Amino acid sequence: MTTTTKPATTSTGAAARRLGPVALGLRQGRLEITQFLRSRESVVFTMGFPVIMILIFASIFTDEIAPGVRYTQYFITGMIAAGLMTVSFQNLGIWIPIERDRGVLKRYRGTPMPKWVYFAGKVLMVVAIGVAETALLLAVSVALFDLDLPATTARWLTFGWVSVLGVTACTLCGIAISSLARTARSGSAVVTPVALVLQFISGVFFVFTELPGWMQQVAALFPLKWMCQGLRSVFLPEGFGGQEPAGSFELGRVALVLTAWCVIGLVLCLTTFRWTTKRDG
Amino acid sequence: MDDELAISVRGLRKAYGDNVAVAGVDLDVHRGEVFALLGPNGAGKTTTVEILEGYRRRDAGEVSVLGSDPARPAADWRSRVGIVLQGTGEFDELTVAEVLRHFSGFYAAADDPDKVIERVGLAGKAKARTHTLSGGQKRRLDVALGIIGRPELLFLDEPTTGFDPEARREFWELIRDLAAAGTTIVLTTHYLDEAEALADRVGVISAGRLVEVAAPHRLGNRQEALATVSWRTPEGVVRTAESATPTALVAELAARFGGEVPGLTVARPTLEDVYLRMIGHA
Repeated sequence: MTTTTKPATTSTGAAARRLGPVALGLRQGRLEITQFLRSRESVVFTMGFPVIMILIFASIFTDEIAPGVRYTQYFITGMIAAGLMTVSFQNLGIWIPIERDRGVLKRYRGTPMPKWVYFAGKVLMVVAIGVAETALLLAVSVALFDLDLPATTARWLTFGWVSVLGVTACTLCGIAISSLARTARSGSAVVTPVALVLQFISGVFFVFTELPGWMQQVAALFPLKWMCQGLRSVFLPEGFGGQEPAGSFELGRVALVLTAWCVIGLVLCLTTFRWTTKRDG
Repeated sequence: MDDELAISVRGLRKAYGDNVAVAGVDLDVHRGEVFALLGPNGAGKTTTVEILEGYRRRDAGEVSVLGSDPARPAADWRSRVGIVLQGTGEFDELTVAEVLRHFSGFYAAADDPDKVIERVGLAGKAKARTHTLSGGQKRRLDVALGIIGRPELLFLDEPTTGFDPEARREFWELIRDLAAAGTTIVLTTHYLDEAEALADRVGVISAGRLVEVAAPHRLGNRQEALATVSWRTPEGVVRTAESATPTALVAELAARFGGEVPGLTVARPTLEDVYLRMIGHA
């Protein structure tokens, strides 16, 4: 260690260097994305899983769900929705308990960093990975399975808002559920079954209307079903809406339910988020 | 509140359920002082320090740290306080330089990350991912993160646990260096020699109470304690005597033996003797 001396207090003239909120948020986002990309497991699992699933599904179901509509066109909506839920809900629900257990959160709390910066970093990471992963999924499906991309601007807009609302709701719920896990290891034990069950009952792996009525009712309480339904309105023909449980894609209700989950998630985050583990008091 | 005090604590209490961790602690730490908190595991050291750091809520008592109540830590206050916790979170996938640079962005008056890396002796590891560091190197990174904001007050919770002797000496130099520049330092430690080497004053905490606060050489009236003189008689028997005037006794022995006294030792109670007596293990 060197033995240069330095002044202990330098409050004068340094205030100009304090970073603004935008810079703080962006730096945190860059840090989170860097950490994500360098951790090979999370890249392979999060980015690769939906792609592998669509490869399997498109290879099994090669016929048409309706005249002129291939199964791939139906299942791509579920894979996009499930993929978005993986990068937001599962990713955060698993990683935040690990960071809490390791004391990363405690370390942040010991600095002057405003609390929101941590969450902003996570949101930026989720958005960046979500966009990349969805693009990859679409590219693979277009290249290998002749997926028809949305043809109108209106459909792309719907694609946009359904994804943003869905990802926001899942991100907030992922942060909220992270406080349930007591240790680093239990994060995935808490989150994985929830995500898996929701995927099965929300029309990701099966055609939603073929599920039992009660199962559809339960699924309708959670965001994933509505994300899938909103995305079906983007990728399936107009007339397909008639086969939905309510006889239409119900975009108004999609917006309403997803917004409600954003509010629920936000309230849970604000009231229950823990920066330290239970044993840390 | 006295401006010369960095920390002032009166009647601090904290219990976890029925388990009373801190049972009424009064403590003052002066600005520019190096203060060591000594005590066995479970004595309340970490709880006390974490209350001062703004991590834990107290049940009762008045606490002022740099003129503010740490129970409501503001960002400005946080930027004046550096914290080195026991074994805190690593950023496995990032390099030492990346972590330091990122954290420097949280502080208005941050030090130059490269300079701090150099200072804690990690210059050769600046580009290494943190998960490749050894235990002692990780601890240096912890210290680097603690001082990156150029704190007025630095808390170190068992900072040298896991260091080899040479690394500890280097670390001590760093602490002396920071203290010389006017940083107030509060450290907890298991190592008595560390407290003796670094601290202006030592507080011994046992069962949630501060048993004594004194300069290391005065702790437990060590200075005034009787010296133990021992020597060997011509018949080869070891004799010991406790004496308030050991010099006179040695002179007398020297006269009796007509020169060298066989097997002569003169000992005062070590800090360890005093400490063990205080915490009730002697």
